[in-house]
Amino acid sequence: METSALVILVAAILTNNILLTNFLGMCSFIACSKQLGTAIGLGTAVTFVMTVTTIINYVIYHYILMPLGLDHLTFIVFIAVIAAFVQFVEMFVERFSLKLYFTLGIFLPLITVNCAILGASLFMIIRNYNFAQSIGYGFGSGVGWAVAIIMMAGLQQKMRYSNIPKPFQGIPIAMIVTCVLAMAFMGFAGMVSIQ
Amino acid sequence: MVCFLAVSGFKLYLWSVLLFAGLTVALAAMLIVAERFFVDYGICKLDINKGEEPVEVEGGQTLLSALYSNEIFIPSACGGKGSCGYCKIIVTAGGGPVLPTEIPYLTRKEIRSNVRLACQVKIREDIFVQIPEEFLNIKMFSATVESVRKLTYDIKETHLRLNEPQEILQRPGQYVQIQALSDEGPMFRAYSISSPAHDSNIVELIVRIIPGGIGSTYLHNLKVGDKVTFTGPYGEFELDDDPSVEIVCVGGGCGMAPMKNIIYTLYEKWPHRSCWLFFGCRTTREIFYLEQFQELGEKHPNFHVVYALSDKLKKGEQWNGETGFIHLSVDKFLEPGVPRQAFLCGPEPMIEAVTRVLEDKGVRPKDMFYDKF
Repeated sequence: METSALVILVAAILTNNILLTNFLGMCSFIACSKQLGTAIGLGTAVTFVMTVTTIINYVIYHYILMPLGLDHLTFIVFIAVIAAFVQFVEMFVERFSLKLYFTLGIFLPLITVNCAILGASLFMIIRNYNFAQSIGYGFGSGVGWAVAIIMMAGLQQKMRYSNIPKPFQGIPIAMIVTCVLAMAFMGFAGMVSIQ
Repeated sequence: MVCFLAVSGFKLYLWSVLLFAGLTVALAAMLIVAERFFVDYGICKLDINKGEEPVEVEGGQTLLSALYSNEIFIPSACGGKGSCGYCKIIVTAGGGPVLPTEIPYLTRKEIRSNVRLACQVKIREDIFVQIPEEFLNIKMFSATVESVRKLTYDIKETHLRLNEPQEILQRPGQYVQIQALSDEGPMFRAYSISSPAHDSNIVELIVRIIPGGIGSTYLHNLKVGDKVTFTGPYGEFELDDDPSVEIVCVGGGCGMAPMKNIIYTLYEKWPHRSCWLFFGCRTTREIFYLEQFQELGEKHPNFHVVYALSDKLKKGEQWNGETGFIHLSVDKFLEPGVPRQAFLCGPEPMIEAVTRVLEDKGVRPKDMFYDKF
């Protein structure tokens, strides 16, 4: 039986979290997880961009690239689509929500080079998802990434008052925390499973 | 079979290129349409120094370009890329929060007093700015090349006669921004004015050619009769009005332009004022203006010229001046404890060395000015 889109959505958040099991999108995860507000903003933006680009890329892959037998162009086409879409979102946000624009500010262009976005599109192809499943996977991965960065930001805010040995301050402790977080998420394994 | 493969291979490449090009064009077209649609802020009001009548400007552009189109020329050496930090003005309302691109160029005090980089502030609503009176005096000049003289193997002196407006009110030490035409379109590049302030109909520049440099290549290729556009004058240096204060000019390489202006302006106004010129060269081929300054020194006994060569003399060369780096000569000739104002212009290591020597001689840091390059 085909896995339902809903199962994939839940799995993408918990058991197959793109950040905590595939370790994609680590750079902005480490860089922008110092404050809860920023993390929520970036997480929302990533979720939105990931969902929409997965849908666009699904259509382009299955209705343009495959029929023409040009699937070797997948990577470059996906990257171009993501870059253009992020530009579009930036213009849109600047026009209609200046406050959000200044909060996200430099993070918006950063999404272009967030490998989790490209990763989600590629996994969708590799795992042969259908349209509904792709939407579920794209949205779920975005939410999963957002959940991870928001949790991390909460932890980092707590850690500001803890006594961390000097060599571990900054990025090292962030890596260790990510690792522990990933192990904690392993507890969800078996709840739902996808390929 | 081989032939068939080759055709299908070629077709594959063709399709790949066509598809990718088509997609890129489609995406770009979409973005251009979106830009038309979204980045349209209508007409906004621009209020300068609480003026009675605010100017109306088109929204969506940067503050710098809006001011430029209203003939207010804020200094900007990088041309609005946010990399020089010169275009600082106070935005009292309507500028939005300080952007991360501006923070490296602003001090905490400046951020508190609403100083912004005009090239980074985008006009989205009515905006209120304060511009120093000095910037409002900056004009755009059109001029004609009157003469070009080769001073050394790589330095040229260019005279520009002003056409419109015909007069420039400049202080020694100030600079202009030449609109240099390059392959990538016009760009502004800053050069000190070397003609004295009382010669108000001309602007003289002394420029060393830098291989690949946009401004210097443009200026070195100018011929008599060519038209040049520039804005100015910029710069905050002011000569001390007290005639008992000694003026010390220290230059190296082609750092002569501001000094020449300072010296000639000075002796026009105060014929008996004391002034030192120290100029560092590497070899005899880099010496210029020496005779001219020696003549000036005969007319004005309180003017002292010291040229120093830092490289060893070649065979057959004659030199009876100073040798070694220029800060050694400064150390040798200046008496400590005299009230002084100093203007330094040259490469960074020279400026650092001379600053240390001058501090030892009792010159206060606030009386030292420099142009590093």
